[in-house]
Amino acid sequence: MTEPVLSVQNLRVEFATRRGVLRAIDDISFDIAEGEVLGVVGESGAGKSVTGNAVIGLIDPPGRIAGGEILLAGRRIDNLPAEEMRRIRGKRIGMIFQDPLTSLNPLYKIGEQIVETIRTHSSLSESAARKRAIELLTEVGIPAPEKRIDSYPHEFSGGMRQRVVIALAICADPELIIADEPTTALDVSVQAQIISLIRRLGRDHGTAVMLVTHDMGVIAETCDRVAVMYSGRIAEIGPVQDVIRNPLHPYAKGLMGAIPTLAIEADRLVQIPGSMPRLSAIPPGCAFNPRCASAFDRCRVERPEPIVCGEQRVACHLYDGDSAAKDHAA
Amino acid sequence: MIAFALRRAIQAIGVMLAVGVIAFSMFRFAGDPVSQIVSIDTPAAERAQVRKSLGLDDPILVQFGRYFANAAQFKFGVSYQFRQPVSSLLEERMPATLELATCATIFALIFGILMGVYSALRRDSVLAKLFQAISLIGISLPTFLIGILLIYLFAVILGWLPSYGRGDVVRIGWWTTGLLTASGLKALIMPAITLGLFQMTLIMRLVRAEMLEVLRTDYIRFARARGLTTRAIHFGHALKNTLVPVITVAGLQFGSVIAFAIITETVFQWPGMGLLFVQAIQNVDIPIMAAYLLVVSMIFVTINLVVDILYTVVDPRLRSTISRAS
Repeated sequence: MTEPVLSVQNLRVEFATRRGVLRAIDDISFDIAEGEVLGVVGESGAGKSVTGNAVIGLIDPPGRIAGGEILLAGRRIDNLPAEEMRRIRGKRIGMIFQDPLTSLNPLYKIGEQIVETIRTHSSLSESAARKRAIELLTEVGIPAPEKRIDSYPHEFSGGMRQRVVIALAICADPELIIADEPTTALDVSVQAQIISLIRRLGRDHGTAVMLVTHDMGVIAETCDRVAVMYSGRIAEIGPVQDVIRNPLHPYAKGLMGAIPTLAIEADRLVQIPGSMPRLSAIPPGCAFNPRCASAFDRCRVERPEPIVCGEQRVACHLYDGDSAAKDHAA
Repeated sequence: MIAFALRRAIQAIGVMLAVGVIAFSMFRFAGDPVSQIVSIDTPAAERAQVRKSLGLDDPILVQFGRYFANAAQFKFGVSYQFRQPVSSLLEERMPATLELATCATIFALIFGILMGVYSALRRDSVLAKLFQAISLIGISLPTFLIGILLIYLFAVILGWLPSYGRGDVVRIGWWTTGLLTASGLKALIMPAITLGLFQMTLIMRLVRAEMLEVLRTDYIRFARARGLTTRAIHFGHALKNTLVPVITVAGLQFGSVIAFAIITETVFQWPGMGLLFVQAIQNVDIPIMAAYLLVVSMIFVTINLVVDILYTVVDPRLRSTISRAS
């Protein structure tokens, strides 16, 4: 098997605040292979975006990577000097943000912004970079790109702006794209277009994609694998069909149960009682234990470590060592 | 765009008309000008004669129409104290004031922007904290006090700079400039700093606050995620967005720099319009006061117009809103 494009090992991210150190990401590990789309889901504050920012090296003080390693194509990047990391950003890792309305500088034409990015990462001339920019705009599906290249961001709709943002993210042909809730700010009809665009680009270029979202529908449609995050940890990670059809972690079960479907008529959606603990008040043991129906004594004292169950990996004591427990829980 | 500029120009004329009414009414309500001109023992017949020769016995509307029509051609009547046309007095004094105000504004802009950008980018450095302290002094100390302190230090104690006047000037057409002689430049330093210090601190604080705000925006984060150099992000992307509001403030402040020049010109005995105005007040020389009011407000209105247009040049979003509106 070839080396994964991105390999995150035992990553910890901490924020030093006045009230003490908050651990936003606590010991997470995952890989993304070439051409693979990994979905990252979870509630707000579960650490999805922080993970994305940690990978691309944009954790701002007072936050810092406190432990673990991030490897891009086998080479460690989390400890690179700022200037070397800058060269990787945009060139080898592209990033797409949530809100296309605010991601583009309002005072520059989109062409200027694309050309600037291309020329930062390559030695292309102004006119060659402009030609490349038009190609990119064509690729992301902007109609009449020769004309639109000289438009300002405010002259585009939200969906079109997100396409421009995507063009900017892929303009140096990166190995990895981090898409941080790329469709949250868009209309539902536009969401599908953007998602299929990201998927097509990933396939065409063999790019690994890390798709951060809280939309399970998007995950089901787009991803190869999915990681469910809770309180800064990965509760469960595995192939998307397995995790959706047969979630192991009680939290993942709850999450899947909360997806509304038209097929099954239900009066009420299943909800997970309570809410995710704040970072400053994570309970001992498993962070999910206060909300978990299957919690037992061990969950309240000992933190569960990831356990491999077939293709899936789950951090839950229910599955510890004993395969009967798995059957029992399922 | 042209329609927008035109509409703004018409508004500007409206403002000038209103100022004209105020300027004109000064003649009626600041005492009888005739008694200012003649001496106490002038007979009544002679007074009437003066009144008639100055057109002061015509109906008010006629007088106002005449005044405004003349003012529009920069004819502001004859000064009571100098017995010279006010326009030639202003013409003589205006270069000094404009030169002082321009230098003060340039000083304020350059140092204000540099210090503001620096203290936004290196927020926790010692120098940034020093700049903040200086700006507190600049914003709270009155202009005349700064002027006097500067004179005391650089003219009285150190003797490096002249304490008053404009130095030697060179005449270019009707314009006189002190920028081409060593003594003129030396004389300019302290008044320009005194006049510009308040604006400088204002601009510095504004730039700092705006820059910090802009650095937090998504497009700056995205620019970083695209791997642009820090230099390109700070000076290409952040600074340009910072300057949009700075243009407005700096432009509007140029008007008040000219207005505030009265104090600085008095402290440094700078032979500009402001000094002329102060002397005019002491002598109830209403034609000069009225003319000064008109000229200063015209400068204000013109700057406003220019700033509005400049704004649309910098910010493309405004351009399309304006063209959609018109």
